[in-house]
Amino acid sequence: MTQGAWCGGGVVRARATRADDVRRAKRLGSMASVSLSEAEKVYIVHGVQEDLRVDGRGCEDYRCVEVETDVVSNTSGSARVKLGHTDILVGVKAEMGTPKLEKPDEGYLEFFVDCSANATPEFEGRGGDDLGTEIANTLYRIFNNKSSVDLKSLCISPREHCWILYVDVLLLECDGNLFDTICIAVKAALFNTRIPRVRVLEDEEGSKDIELSDDPYDCIRLSVENVPCIVTLCKIGYRHVVDATLQEEACSLASLLVSVTSTGVVTCMRKVGKGSLDPESIFEMMETGKRVGKVLHASLQSVLHKEESLGPKRQKVGFLG
Amino acid sequence: MAMEMRLPVARKPLSESVGRDTKKHLVVPGDTITTDTGFMRGHGTYMGEEKLIASVAGSVERVNKLICVKALKTRYNGEVGDIVVGRITEVQQKRWKVETNSRLDSVLLLSSMNLPGGELRRRSAEDELAMRGFLQEGDLISAEVQAVFSDGAVSLHTRSLKYGKLGQGVLVQVSPSLVKRQKTHFHDLPCGASVILGNNGFIWIYPTPEHKEEGAGGFAADLETEGVRVSTEASLRTSSCLLLAMKWNWGALWSPGRTLRVPAAEAPSFLPSLAVSG
Repeated sequence: MTQGAWCGGGVVRARATRADDVRRAKRLGSMASVSLSEAEKVYIVHGVQEDLRVDGRGCEDYRCVEVETDVVSNTSGSARVKLGHTDILVGVKAEMGTPKLEKPDEGYLEFFVDCSANATPEFEGRGGDDLGTEIANTLYRIFNNKSSVDLKSLCISPREHCWILYVDVLLLECDGNLFDTICIAVKAALFNTRIPRVRVLEDEEGSKDIELSDDPYDCIRLSVENVPCIVTLCKIGYRHVVDATLQEEACSLASLLVSVTSTGVVTCMRKVGKGSLDPESIFEMMETGKRVGKVLHASLQSVLHKEESLGPKRQKVGFLG
Repeated sequence: MAMEMRLPVARKPLSESVGRDTKKHLVVPGDTITTDTGFMRGHGTYMGEEKLIASVAGSVERVNKLICVKALKTRYNGEVGDIVVGRITEVQQKRWKVETNSRLDSVLLLSSMNLPGGELRRRSAEDELAMRGFLQEGDLISAEVQAVFSDGAVSLHTRSLKYGKLGQGVLVQVSPSLVKRQKTHFHDLPCGASVILGNNGFIWIYPTPEHKEEGAGGFAADLETEGVRVSTEASLRTSSCLLLAMKWNWGALWSPGRTLRVPAAEAPSFLPSLAVSG
Protein backbone atom coordinates (compact mmCIF):
# COMPACT_ATOMS: atom_id res chain seq x y z
CA MET A 1 0.00 0.00 0.00
CA THR A 2 2.66 2.51 -0.96
CA GLN A 3 0.66 4.57 -3.43
CA GLY A 4 -1.30 7.46 -2.05
CA ALA A 5 1.04 7.74 0.90
CA TRP A 6 1.58 11.49 0.48
CA CYS A 7 -1.75 13.16 1.03
CA GLY A 8 -3.66 12.74 4.28
CA GLY A 9 -6.70 11.27 2.55
CA GLY A 10 -4.55 8.72 0.75
CA VAL A 11 -3.03 7.49 3.97
CA VAL A 12 -6.48 6.98 5.50
CA ARG A 13 -7.68 5.06 2.45
CA ALA A 14 -4.57 2.87 2.44
CA ARG A 15 -4.99 2.01 6.08
CA ALA A 16 -8.67 1.11 5.62
CA THR A 17 -7.88 -1.34 2.81
CA ARG A 18 -5.14 -2.98 4.83
CA ALA A 19 -7.55 -3.46 7.73
CA ASP A 20 -10.02 -5.00 5.29
CA ASP A 21 -7.36 -7.41 4.09
CA VAL A 22 -6.60 -8.41 7.65
CA ARG A 23 -10.27 -8.88 8.38
CA ARG A 24 -10.70 -11.02 5.29
CA ALA A 25 -7.77 -13.16 6.30
CA LYS A 26 -9.22 -13.44 9.78
CA ARG A 27 -12.53 -14.80 8.49
CA LEU A 28 -10.68 -17.60 6.77
CA GLY A 29 -8.63 -18.66 9.78
CA SER A 30 -8.83 -16.70 12.95
CA MET A 31 -5.62 -17.79 14.61
CA ALA A 32 -2.24 -16.22 14.07
CA SER A 33 -0.78 -18.09 11.14
CA VAL A 34 2.63 -19.21 10.01
CA SER A 35 3.45 -19.99 6.37
CA LEU A 36 4.73 -23.45 5.57
CA SER A 37 5.68 -25.11 2.32
CA GLU A 38 3.70 -28.10 1.07
CA ALA A 39 6.61 -30.43 1.70
CA GLU A 40 6.91 -29.30 5.32
CA LYS A 41 3.21 -29.94 5.87
CA VAL A 42 3.49 -33.40 4.33
CA TYR A 43 6.45 -34.10 6.59
CA ILE A 44 4.47 -33.12 9.68
CA VAL A 45 1.47 -35.21 8.60
CA HIS A 46 3.61 -38.29 7.95
CA GLY A 47 5.34 -37.88 11.27
CA VAL A 48 2.02 -37.67 13.12
CA GLN A 49 0.81 -40.89 11.48
CA GLU A 50 3.74 -42.61 13.19
CA ASP A 51 3.17 -40.83 16.53
CA LEU A 52 6.26 -38.67 15.99
CA ARG A 53 5.71 -34.95 16.23
CA VAL A 54 8.30 -32.35 15.26
CA ASP A 55 9.41 -31.71 18.83
CA GLY A 56 9.49 -35.41 19.71
CA ARG A 57 6.19 -35.55 21.61
CA GLY A 58 3.57 -38.22 21.21
CA CYS A 59 0.10 -37.38 19.90
CA GLU A 60 -1.33 -37.00 23.43
CA ASP A 61 1.51 -35.15 25.12
CA TYR A 62 1.37 -31.57 26.22
CA ARG A 63 4.32 -29.19 26.16
CA CYS A 64 5.68 -28.12 29.51
CA VAL A 65 3.34 -25.73 31.30
CA GLU A 66 4.46 -23.03 33.73
CA VAL A 67 1.81 -21.59 36.03
CA GLU A 68 2.19 -18.68 38.38
CA THR A 69 -0.58 -16.91 40.28
CA ASP A 70 -0.79 -13.52 41.96
CA VAL A 71 1.38 -11.70 39.44
CA VAL A 72 -0.71 -8.52 39.12
CA SER A 73 -1.02 -6.72 42.42
CA ASN A 74 -4.10 -4.54 41.91
CA THR A 75 -6.47 -7.36 40.96
CA SER A 76 -8.52 -9.68 43.12
CA GLY A 77 -6.77 -12.63 41.50
CA SER A 78 -4.41 -13.17 38.60
CA ALA A 79 -2.48 -15.90 36.89
CA ARG A 80 0.09 -16.25 34.15
CA VAL A 81 0.42 -19.46 32.17
CA LYS A 82 3.13 -20.34 29.66
CA LEU A 83 2.63 -23.35 27.40
CA GLY A 84 5.65 -23.59 25.15
CA HIS A 85 5.80 -20.10 23.65
CA THR A 86 2.11 -19.32 24.24
CA ASP A 87 1.88 -16.78 27.06
CA ILE A 88 -1.43 -15.78 28.67
CA LEU A 89 -2.07 -13.36 31.53
CA VAL A 90 -5.47 -13.36 33.28
CA GLY A 91 -6.66 -10.84 35.83
CA VAL A 92 -9.88 -11.13 37.84
CA LYS A 93 -11.45 -8.09 39.41
CA ALA A 94 -14.41 -8.35 41.76
CA GLU A 95 -16.79 -5.43 41.66
CA MET A 96 -20.17 -4.87 43.26
CA GLY A 97 -23.18 -4.49 41.07
CA THR A 98 -26.82 -5.39 40.62
CA PRO A 99 -27.76 -8.97 39.75
CA LYS A 100 -29.33 -9.86 36.44
CA LEU A 101 -33.12 -9.73 36.36
CA GLU A 102 -33.64 -13.41 35.53
CA LYS A 103 -31.22 -14.61 38.24
CA PRO A 104 -31.71 -12.25 41.18
CA ASP A 105 -29.86 -14.33 43.77
CA GLU A 106 -26.69 -15.00 41.84
CA GLY A 107 -23.62 -13.07 40.84
CA TYR A 108 -22.04 -13.56 37.41
CA LEU A 109 -18.80 -13.55 35.42
CA GLU A 110 -17.90 -11.28 32.54
CA PHE A 111 -15.14 -12.27 30.17
CA PHE A 112 -13.05 -9.99 28.02
CA VAL A 113 -10.20 -11.19 25.85
CA ASP A 114 -7.57 -8.79 24.52
CA CYS A 115 -5.33 -10.10 21.75
CA SER A 116 -2.44 -7.71 22.04
CA ALA A 117 -0.19 -6.78 19.15
CA ASN A 118 2.63 -8.20 21.27
CA ALA A 119 1.65 -11.64 20.11
CA THR A 120 1.77 -11.09 16.38
CA PRO A 121 1.63 -8.01 14.11
CA GLU A 122 -1.66 -9.34 12.69
CA PHE A 123 -3.34 -8.32 15.94
CA GLU A 124 -2.45 -4.67 15.53
CA GLY A 125 -5.32 -2.21 15.78
CA ARG A 126 -8.65 -4.00 15.30
CA GLY A 127 -7.05 -7.13 13.88
CA GLY A 128 -7.27 -9.10 17.10
CA ASP A 129 -10.90 -8.24 17.87
CA ASP A 130 -12.45 -11.14 15.96
CA LEU A 131 -10.31 -13.72 17.69
CA GLY A 132 -10.91 -12.02 21.02
CA THR A 133 -14.71 -12.15 20.71
CA GLU A 134 -14.54 -15.76 19.53
CA ILE A 135 -12.54 -16.78 22.60
CA ALA A 136 -14.77 -14.74 24.93
CA ASN A 137 -17.92 -16.35 23.50
CA THR A 138 -16.39 -19.80 24.00
CA LEU A 139 -15.60 -18.93 27.61
CA TYR A 140 -19.17 -17.76 28.19
CA ARG A 141 -20.46 -21.02 26.76
CA ILE A 142 -18.34 -23.29 28.86
CA PHE A 143 -19.18 -21.41 32.06
CA ASN A 144 -22.85 -21.28 31.19
CA ASN A 145 -24.01 -24.05 33.50
CA LYS A 146 -25.05 -24.32 37.13
CA SER A 147 -22.09 -26.23 38.47
CA SER A 148 -18.94 -24.63 37.03
CA VAL A 149 -18.76 -21.78 39.50
CA ASP A 150 -20.99 -21.43 42.57
CA LEU A 151 -22.70 -18.19 41.59
CA LYS A 152 -24.95 -18.14 44.63
CA SER A 153 -21.93 -17.50 46.84
CA LEU A 154 -21.37 -14.28 44.92
CA CYS A 155 -24.71 -12.86 46.00
CA ILE A 156 -24.67 -10.21 48.74
CA SER A 157 -28.34 -9.34 48.96
CA PRO A 158 -30.86 -10.69 46.46
CA ARG A 159 -32.08 -8.32 43.75
CA GLU A 160 -29.87 -5.53 45.05
CA HIS A 161 -26.19 -6.34 45.35
CA CYS A 162 -23.96 -9.07 44.08
CA TRP A 163 -20.35 -9.61 43.10
CA ILE A 164 -19.53 -9.41 39.43
CA LEU A 165 -16.22 -11.02 38.49
CA TYR A 166 -14.62 -9.35 35.50
CA VAL A 167 -12.18 -11.82 34.00
CA ASP A 168 -9.71 -10.11 31.64
CA VAL A 169 -7.52 -12.28 29.47
CA LEU A 170 -4.43 -10.84 27.81
CA LEU A 171 -2.66 -12.69 25.03
CA LEU A 172 1.02 -11.94 25.21
CA GLU A 173 2.47 -14.51 22.86
CA CYS A 174 0.83 -16.97 20.53
CA ASP A 175 2.33 -20.32 19.59
CA GLY A 176 -0.73 -22.45 19.02
CA ASN A 177 -3.27 -23.98 21.41
CA LEU A 178 -4.76 -20.77 22.70
CA PHE A 179 -7.99 -22.15 24.14
CA ASP A 180 -6.36 -24.70 26.41
CA THR A 181 -3.91 -22.21 27.83
CA ILE A 182 -6.57 -19.57 28.38
CA CYS A 183 -8.78 -22.00 30.29
CA ILE A 184 -5.91 -23.15 32.48
CA ALA A 185 -5.09 -19.52 33.22
CA VAL A 186 -8.72 -18.63 33.99
CA LYS A 187 -8.99 -21.57 36.37
CA ALA A 188 -5.75 -20.62 38.11
CA ALA A 189 -6.81 -16.98 38.38
CA LEU A 190 -10.21 -17.93 39.85
CA PHE A 191 -8.40 -20.18 42.34
CA ASN A 192 -6.29 -17.20 43.34
CA THR A 193 -9.22 -14.75 43.56
CA ARG A 194 -9.89 -13.33 46.98
CA ILE A 195 -13.19 -11.50 47.34
CA PRO A 196 -13.48 -9.28 50.42
CA ARG A 197 -16.10 -10.37 52.91
CA VAL A 198 -18.95 -7.88 53.27
CA ARG A 199 -21.85 -7.56 55.65
CA VAL A 200 -25.17 -5.95 54.95
CA LEU A 201 -26.38 -3.72 57.78
CA GLU A 202 -29.95 -2.60 57.89
CA ASP A 203 -31.02 0.68 59.46
CA GLU A 204 -34.30 1.43 61.19
CA GLU A 205 -35.49 3.27 58.08
CA GLY A 206 -34.85 0.17 55.98
CA SER A 207 -31.89 1.51 53.98
CA LYS A 208 -29.09 -0.97 53.62
CA ASP A 209 -25.44 -0.31 54.19
CA ILE A 210 -22.60 -2.45 53.02
CA GLU A 211 -19.74 -2.85 55.42
CA LEU A 212 -16.35 -4.08 54.40
CA SER A 213 -14.46 -5.98 57.05
CA ASP A 214 -11.36 -4.26 58.44
CA ASP A 215 -9.05 -7.20 58.08
CA PRO A 216 -7.65 -7.19 54.51
CA TYR A 217 -7.07 -10.95 54.67
CA ASP A 218 -10.67 -11.73 55.53
CA CYS A 219 -12.03 -12.86 52.21
CA ILE A 220 -14.02 -15.55 50.54
CA ARG A 221 -12.47 -17.89 48.00
CA LEU A 222 -14.21 -19.52 45.09
CA SER A 223 -14.28 -23.25 44.75
CA VAL A 224 -12.80 -24.15 41.38
CA GLU A 225 -13.35 -27.90 41.65
CA ASN A 226 -15.85 -27.92 38.82
CA VAL A 227 -14.36 -25.25 36.58
CA PRO A 228 -13.84 -26.92 33.22
CA CYS A 229 -10.76 -26.86 31.02
CA ILE A 230 -10.72 -26.98 27.25
CA VAL A 231 -8.80 -29.68 25.41
CA THR A 232 -8.20 -28.86 21.75
CA LEU A 233 -7.83 -31.87 19.47
CA CYS A 234 -6.59 -31.13 15.94
CA LYS A 235 -7.17 -33.63 13.22
CA ILE A 236 -3.98 -34.12 11.20
CA GLY A 237 -4.21 -36.78 8.52
CA TYR A 238 -5.91 -39.81 10.07
CA ARG A 239 -4.94 -39.11 13.66
CA HIS A 240 -5.63 -36.34 16.10
CA VAL A 241 -3.13 -34.49 18.27
CA VAL A 242 -3.42 -32.67 21.53
CA ASP A 243 -1.70 -29.32 22.06
CA ALA A 244 -0.82 -28.45 18.47
CA THR A 245 1.86 -25.86 17.72
CA LEU A 246 1.28 -23.16 15.10
CA GLN A 247 2.91 -25.32 12.43
CA GLU A 248 0.70 -28.30 13.26
CA GLU A 249 -2.39 -26.11 13.28
CA ALA A 250 -1.50 -25.03 9.75
CA CYS A 251 -1.61 -28.70 8.68
CA SER A 252 -4.93 -29.43 10.32
CA LEU A 253 -8.23 -28.76 8.61
CA ALA A 254 -10.58 -29.45 11.49
CA SER A 255 -10.30 -29.29 15.27
CA LEU A 256 -12.55 -30.18 18.15
CA LEU A 257 -12.67 -28.15 21.36
CA VAL A 258 -13.90 -30.27 24.24
CA SER A 259 -14.58 -28.63 27.57
CA VAL A 260 -14.02 -31.19 30.37
CA THR A 261 -14.34 -30.97 34.14
CA SER A 262 -12.00 -32.69 36.58
CA THR A 263 -14.30 -35.73 36.79
CA GLY A 264 -14.35 -36.21 33.04
CA VAL A 265 -17.77 -34.68 32.41
CA VAL A 266 -18.04 -32.86 29.11
CA THR A 267 -19.73 -29.48 29.47
CA CYS A 268 -19.54 -28.30 25.89
CA MET A 269 -18.03 -29.21 22.55
CA ARG A 270 -17.28 -27.13 19.51
CA LYS A 271 -15.87 -27.84 16.10
CA VAL A 272 -13.62 -25.28 14.42
CA GLY A 273 -11.97 -25.27 11.03
CA LYS A 274 -13.17 -25.54 7.48
CA GLY A 275 -12.70 -29.30 7.13
CA SER A 276 -15.24 -31.96 8.02
CA LEU A 277 -15.13 -34.58 10.76
CA ASP A 278 -16.49 -38.10 10.64
CA PRO A 279 -18.86 -38.93 13.54
CA GLU A 280 -16.57 -41.81 14.54
CA SER A 281 -13.59 -39.50 14.71
CA ILE A 282 -15.61 -37.08 16.80
CA PHE A 283 -16.37 -39.88 19.24
CA GLU A 284 -12.71 -40.94 19.41
CA MET A 285 -11.55 -37.37 19.87
CA MET A 286 -14.08 -36.85 22.63
CA GLU A 287 -12.84 -39.93 24.48
CA THR A 288 -9.24 -38.72 24.14
CA GLY A 289 -10.33 -35.29 25.33
CA LYS A 290 -11.93 -36.72 28.45
CA ARG A 291 -8.90 -38.82 29.26
CA VAL A 292 -6.44 -36.00 28.69
CA GLY A 293 -8.66 -33.50 30.48
CA LYS A 294 -8.68 -35.53 33.68
CA VAL A 295 -4.86 -35.66 33.76
CA LEU A 296 -4.72 -31.92 32.98
CA HIS A 297 -6.99 -31.10 35.91
CA ALA A 298 -5.05 -33.33 38.29
CA SER A 299 -1.72 -31.70 37.34
CA LEU A 300 -3.15 -28.20 37.62
CA GLN A 301 -4.65 -28.91 41.04
CA SER A 302 -1.38 -30.28 42.37
CA VAL A 303 0.63 -27.28 41.07
CA LEU A 304 -1.83 -24.76 42.49
CA HIS A 305 -1.85 -26.45 45.90
CA LYS A 306 1.93 -26.68 45.84
CA GLU A 307 2.20 -22.98 45.11
CA GLU A 308 -0.21 -22.14 47.89
CA SER A 309 1.63 -24.32 50.38
CA LEU A 310 4.79 -22.26 49.79
CA GLY A 311 2.94 -19.41 51.46
CA PRO A 312 3.65 -15.66 51.32
CA LYS A 313 7.42 -16.26 51.43
CA ARG A 314 7.38 -17.75 47.94
CA GLN A 315 9.74 -16.03 45.55
CA LYS A 316 7.70 -14.42 42.79
CA VAL A 317 9.25 -14.73 39.37
CA GLY A 318 6.86 -12.48 37.46
CA PHE A 319 7.98 -10.98 34.18
CA LEU A 320 11.62 -10.29 34.94
CA GLY A 321 12.71 -13.76 35.92
CA MET B 1 0.31 -39.52 27.77
CA ALA B 2 2.67 -37.08 29.43
CA MET B 3 1.70 -33.88 31.14
CA GLU B 4 4.20 -31.74 32.98
CA MET B 5 3.13 -28.68 34.92
CA ARG B 6 5.43 -26.75 37.14
CA LEU B 7 6.01 -23.43 38.84
CA PRO B 8 8.31 -20.99 37.05
CA VAL B 9 11.90 -20.82 38.18
CA ALA B 10 13.97 -17.66 37.91
CA ARG B 11 16.88 -17.93 35.50
CA LYS B 12 20.25 -18.08 37.18
CA PRO B 13 22.66 -15.45 35.84
CA LEU B 14 25.61 -16.95 33.97
CA SER B 15 28.79 -16.70 36.01
CA GLU B 16 31.76 -14.96 34.47
CA SER B 17 34.05 -17.97 34.35
CA VAL B 18 31.98 -20.35 32.22
CA GLY B 19 34.69 -22.03 30.19
CA ARG B 20 35.58 -19.13 27.97
CA ASP B 21 39.06 -19.19 26.44
CA THR B 22 39.30 -15.55 25.51
CA LYS B 23 37.84 -12.78 27.60
CA LYS B 24 35.48 -10.78 25.45
CA HIS B 25 34.93 -7.14 26.15
CA LEU B 26 31.14 -6.99 26.25
CA VAL B 27 29.35 -3.66 26.15
CA VAL B 28 25.77 -2.44 26.18
CA PRO B 29 24.44 0.70 24.46
CA GLY B 30 25.75 3.73 26.29
CA ASP B 31 28.88 2.08 27.69
CA THR B 32 32.14 3.92 27.28
CA ILE B 33 34.60 1.90 25.24
CA THR B 34 37.60 4.14 25.58
CA THR B 35 38.47 7.74 26.32
CA ASP B 36 41.51 7.65 24.03
CA THR B 37 40.77 9.90 21.05
CA GLY B 38 43.37 8.30 18.79
CA PHE B 39 41.03 5.55 17.57
CA MET B 40 38.87 5.53 14.48
CA ARG B 41 35.29 4.60 15.18
CA GLY B 42 33.67 1.76 13.26
CA HIS B 43 30.20 0.21 13.22
CA GLY B 44 28.27 0.21 16.47
CA THR B 45 30.07 3.18 18.03
CA TYR B 46 29.65 6.91 18.20
CA MET B 47 31.59 9.81 19.60
CA GLY B 48 30.07 11.66 22.51
CA GLU B 49 31.63 13.98 25.09
CA GLU B 50 35.19 13.17 24.00
CA LYS B 51 34.55 9.46 24.60
CA LEU B 52 33.86 6.54 22.31
CA ILE B 53 30.47 5.11 23.26
CA ALA B 54 28.86 1.88 22.09
CA SER B 55 25.49 2.06 20.37
CA VAL B 56 24.71 -1.68 20.22
CA ALA B 57 25.04 -4.53 22.68
CA GLY B 58 27.92 -6.79 21.74
CA SER B 59 31.62 -7.44 21.89
CA VAL B 60 34.29 -4.88 21.10
CA GLU B 61 36.65 -5.70 18.25
CA ARG B 62 39.81 -3.83 17.56
CA VAL B 63 41.88 -3.91 14.42
CA ASN B 64 44.92 -1.61 14.80
CA LYS B 65 43.30 1.79 15.10
CA LEU B 66 39.76 0.81 14.23
CA ILE B 67 37.30 0.01 17.00
CA CYS B 68 33.92 -1.46 16.24
CA VAL B 69 31.27 -3.27 18.23
CA LYS B 70 29.91 -6.48 16.80
CA ALA B 71 26.33 -7.02 17.95
CA LEU B 72 25.51 -10.39 19.49
CA LYS B 73 21.89 -10.56 18.38
CA THR B 74 21.21 -8.91 15.07
CA ARG B 75 19.40 -9.43 11.81
CA TYR B 76 21.27 -11.23 9.08
CA ASN B 77 23.66 -8.99 7.13
CA GLY B 78 24.43 -10.60 3.81
CA GLU B 79 27.93 -11.13 2.45
CA VAL B 80 28.68 -12.36 -1.05
CA GLY B 81 29.13 -16.13 -1.07
CA ASP B 82 26.99 -16.94 1.96
CA ILE B 83 24.63 -19.87 1.86
CA VAL B 84 21.15 -18.99 3.06
CA VAL B 85 17.91 -20.86 3.56
CA GLY B 86 14.94 -18.65 2.83
CA ARG B 87 11.17 -18.73 2.49
CA ILE B 88 9.37 -17.23 -0.51
CA THR B 89 7.06 -14.43 0.59
CA GLU B 90 6.03 -12.90 -2.73
CA VAL B 91 6.02 -13.76 -6.41
CA GLN B 92 6.63 -10.62 -8.47
CA GLN B 93 7.37 -9.90 -12.10
CA LYS B 94 10.59 -11.72 -13.03
CA ARG B 95 11.66 -12.21 -9.38
CA TRP B 96 10.75 -13.68 -6.04
CA LYS B 97 10.97 -12.01 -2.65
CA VAL B 98 12.60 -14.27 -0.10
CA GLU B 99 12.47 -13.89 3.65
CA THR B 100 15.91 -14.47 5.15
CA ASN B 101 15.65 -12.91 8.60
CA SER B 102 17.36 -9.70 7.43
CA ARG B 103 16.19 -6.09 7.48
CA LEU B 104 14.86 -6.25 3.93
CA ASP B 105 13.46 -9.16 2.00
CA SER B 106 16.05 -10.74 -0.26
CA VAL B 107 15.54 -10.95 -4.00
CA LEU B 108 15.81 -14.01 -6.22
CA LEU B 109 15.74 -13.04 -9.87
CA LEU B 110 14.20 -15.36 -12.42
CA SER B 111 17.45 -15.19 -14.38
CA SER B 112 19.39 -16.43 -11.33
CA MET B 113 17.27 -19.54 -11.02
CA ASN B 114 18.11 -22.88 -12.59
CA LEU B 115 15.62 -24.17 -15.09
CA PRO B 116 14.58 -27.81 -14.72
CA GLY B 117 16.91 -30.15 -16.50
CA GLY B 118 19.76 -27.70 -16.16
CA GLU B 119 19.22 -26.03 -19.52
CA LEU B 120 20.79 -22.65 -20.20
CA ARG B 121 18.69 -20.26 -22.21
CA ARG B 122 17.19 -16.80 -22.07
CA ARG B 123 14.14 -16.55 -19.90
CA SER B 124 11.08 -15.94 -22.01
CA ALA B 125 7.63 -14.58 -21.30
CA GLU B 126 6.32 -18.13 -20.77
CA ASP B 127 8.89 -18.64 -18.04
CA GLU B 128 7.65 -15.48 -16.38
CA LEU B 129 4.07 -16.73 -16.43
CA ALA B 130 5.14 -20.11 -15.10
CA MET B 131 7.03 -18.66 -12.14
CA ARG B 132 4.49 -19.83 -9.62
CA GLY B 133 4.93 -23.35 -10.93
CA PHE B 134 8.59 -23.25 -9.87
CA LEU B 135 8.33 -21.52 -6.49
CA GLN B 136 5.21 -20.53 -4.57
CA GLU B 137 4.63 -18.42 -1.48
CA GLY B 138 5.69 -20.43 1.54
CA ASP B 139 8.28 -22.60 -0.26
CA LEU B 140 11.72 -23.01 1.26
CA ILE B 141 14.85 -22.68 -0.84
CA SER B 142 18.57 -22.91 -0.31
CA ALA B 143 20.54 -20.33 -2.24
CA GLU B 144 23.79 -18.42 -2.33
CA VAL B 145 24.23 -14.68 -2.03
CA GLN B 146 25.23 -13.21 -5.37
CA ALA B 147 25.34 -9.50 -4.58
CA VAL B 148 24.42 -7.01 -1.89
CA PHE B 149 22.58 -3.85 -2.91
CA SER B 150 23.45 -0.46 -1.50
CA ASP B 151 20.46 -0.48 0.88
CA GLY B 152 21.57 -3.80 2.36
CA ALA B 153 19.13 -6.00 0.46
CA VAL B 154 20.60 -9.24 -0.74
CA SER B 155 20.35 -10.78 -4.18
CA LEU B 156 20.35 -14.58 -4.28
CA HIS B 157 21.05 -17.18 -6.93
CA THR B 158 20.49 -20.91 -7.18
CA ARG B 159 22.79 -21.52 -10.10
CA SER B 160 24.08 -24.83 -8.89
CA LEU B 161 22.52 -28.23 -8.60
CA LYS B 162 22.98 -28.33 -4.87
CA TYR B 163 20.70 -25.29 -4.35
CA GLY B 164 17.02 -25.07 -5.07
CA LYS B 165 13.67 -25.90 -3.50
CA LEU B 166 13.82 -27.89 -0.27
CA GLY B 167 11.68 -30.95 0.28
CA GLN B 168 10.50 -32.67 3.41
CA GLY B 169 12.18 -31.70 6.64
CA VAL B 170 12.20 -29.38 9.60
CA LEU B 171 13.31 -25.75 9.81
CA VAL B 172 15.00 -24.51 12.98
CA GLN B 173 15.57 -20.78 13.45
CA VAL B 174 18.50 -19.56 15.50
CA SER B 175 20.25 -16.20 15.75
CA PRO B 176 22.44 -15.47 12.67
CA SER B 177 25.41 -14.54 14.83
CA LEU B 178 25.64 -18.17 16.00
CA VAL B 179 26.49 -19.60 12.57
CA LYS B 180 30.14 -19.25 11.64
CA ARG B 181 31.28 -18.97 8.04
CA GLN B 182 33.07 -22.08 6.93
CA LYS B 183 33.99 -24.07 3.83
CA THR B 184 30.83 -26.08 3.50
CA HIS B 185 27.40 -25.69 4.97
CA PHE B 186 25.88 -28.93 3.72
CA HIS B 187 26.49 -31.79 6.12
CA ASP B 188 25.40 -35.41 6.25
CA LEU B 189 25.21 -36.63 9.81
CA PRO B 190 25.93 -40.29 10.52
CA CYS B 191 22.56 -40.73 12.25
CA GLY B 192 20.60 -40.52 9.00
CA ALA B 193 19.80 -36.82 8.98
CA SER B 194 21.32 -34.12 6.79
CA VAL B 195 21.72 -30.51 7.70
CA ILE B 196 22.01 -27.24 5.79
CA LEU B 197 23.42 -24.50 8.04
CA GLY B 198 22.19 -21.25 6.56
CA ASN B 199 24.27 -18.20 7.43
CA ASN B 200 21.07 -16.32 8.16
CA GLY B 201 20.27 -18.56 11.10
CA PHE B 202 17.78 -20.79 9.28
CA ILE B 203 18.89 -24.38 9.67
CA TRP B 204 17.26 -27.04 7.56
CA ILE B 205 17.27 -30.63 8.81
CA TYR B 206 16.01 -33.37 6.54
CA PRO B 207 16.27 -37.13 6.24
CA THR B 208 19.30 -38.09 4.13
CA PRO B 209 18.06 -39.25 0.73
CA GLU B 210 19.10 -42.82 -0.10
CA HIS B 211 20.42 -41.89 -3.50
CA LYS B 212 21.73 -38.56 -4.60
CA GLU B 213 19.90 -37.23 -7.62
CA GLU B 214 22.28 -35.31 -9.82
CA GLY B 215 20.20 -33.84 -12.57
CA ALA B 216 17.12 -32.58 -10.80
CA GLY B 217 18.53 -29.24 -9.76
CA GLY B 218 16.29 -29.14 -6.74
CA PHE B 219 12.85 -28.75 -8.29
CA ALA B 220 11.31 -32.16 -7.86
CA ALA B 221 10.30 -31.98 -4.21
CA ASP B 222 9.60 -35.54 -3.18
CA LEU B 223 6.20 -35.59 -1.52
CA GLU B 224 5.93 -39.31 -1.00
CA THR B 225 6.23 -41.28 2.19
CA GLU B 226 9.98 -41.37 1.96
CA GLY B 227 10.17 -40.68 5.69
CA VAL B 228 11.66 -43.93 6.90
CA ARG B 229 11.01 -43.89 10.62
CA VAL B 230 14.69 -43.93 11.59
CA SER B 231 15.68 -40.96 9.49
CA THR B 232 12.61 -38.97 10.51
CA GLU B 233 13.42 -39.62 14.12
CA ALA B 234 17.03 -38.63 13.49
CA SER B 235 16.13 -35.29 12.00
CA LEU B 236 13.68 -34.55 14.79
CA ARG B 237 16.23 -35.33 17.48
CA THR B 238 18.79 -33.16 15.72
CA SER B 239 16.40 -30.24 15.66
CA SER B 240 15.65 -30.67 19.37
CA CYS B 241 19.37 -30.70 20.15
CA LEU B 242 19.87 -27.51 18.19
CA LEU B 243 17.03 -25.78 19.96
CA LEU B 244 18.40 -26.90 23.32
CA ALA B 245 21.86 -25.62 22.41
CA MET B 246 20.51 -22.27 21.35
CA LYS B 247 18.41 -21.92 24.49
CA TRP B 248 21.46 -22.51 26.63
CA ASN B 249 23.48 -19.98 24.62
CA TRP B 250 26.14 -22.42 23.63
CA GLY B 251 27.88 -20.24 21.10
CA ALA B 252 28.67 -20.87 17.48
CA LEU B 253 27.64 -23.81 15.35
CA TRP B 254 30.18 -25.08 12.92
CA SER B 255 31.59 -28.05 11.10
CA PRO B 256 31.14 -31.59 12.36
CA GLY B 257 33.87 -33.09 14.43
CA ARG B 258 33.29 -33.36 18.13
CA THR B 259 30.14 -34.75 19.63
CA LEU B 260 27.50 -32.43 20.99
CA ARG B 261 28.02 -32.05 24.72
CA VAL B 262 24.59 -32.43 26.27
CA PRO B 263 24.10 -33.19 29.97
CA ALA B 264 23.13 -36.79 30.45
CA ALA B 265 19.76 -35.96 31.98
CA GLU B 266 18.61 -34.21 28.84
CA ALA B 267 20.43 -36.23 26.20
CA PRO B 268 18.41 -38.02 23.59
CA SER B 269 19.37 -41.58 23.05
CA PHE B 270 21.81 -40.87 20.27
CA LEU B 271 23.73 -37.69 19.63
CA PRO B 272 24.37 -36.12 16.27
CA SER B 273 28.00 -35.34 15.65
CA LEU B 274 27.49 -31.65 15.19
CA ALA B 275 30.02 -29.64 17.10
CA VAL B 276 29.07 -26.74 19.26
CA SER B 277 31.82 -24.56 20.63
CA GLY B 278 31.13 -22.78 23.88
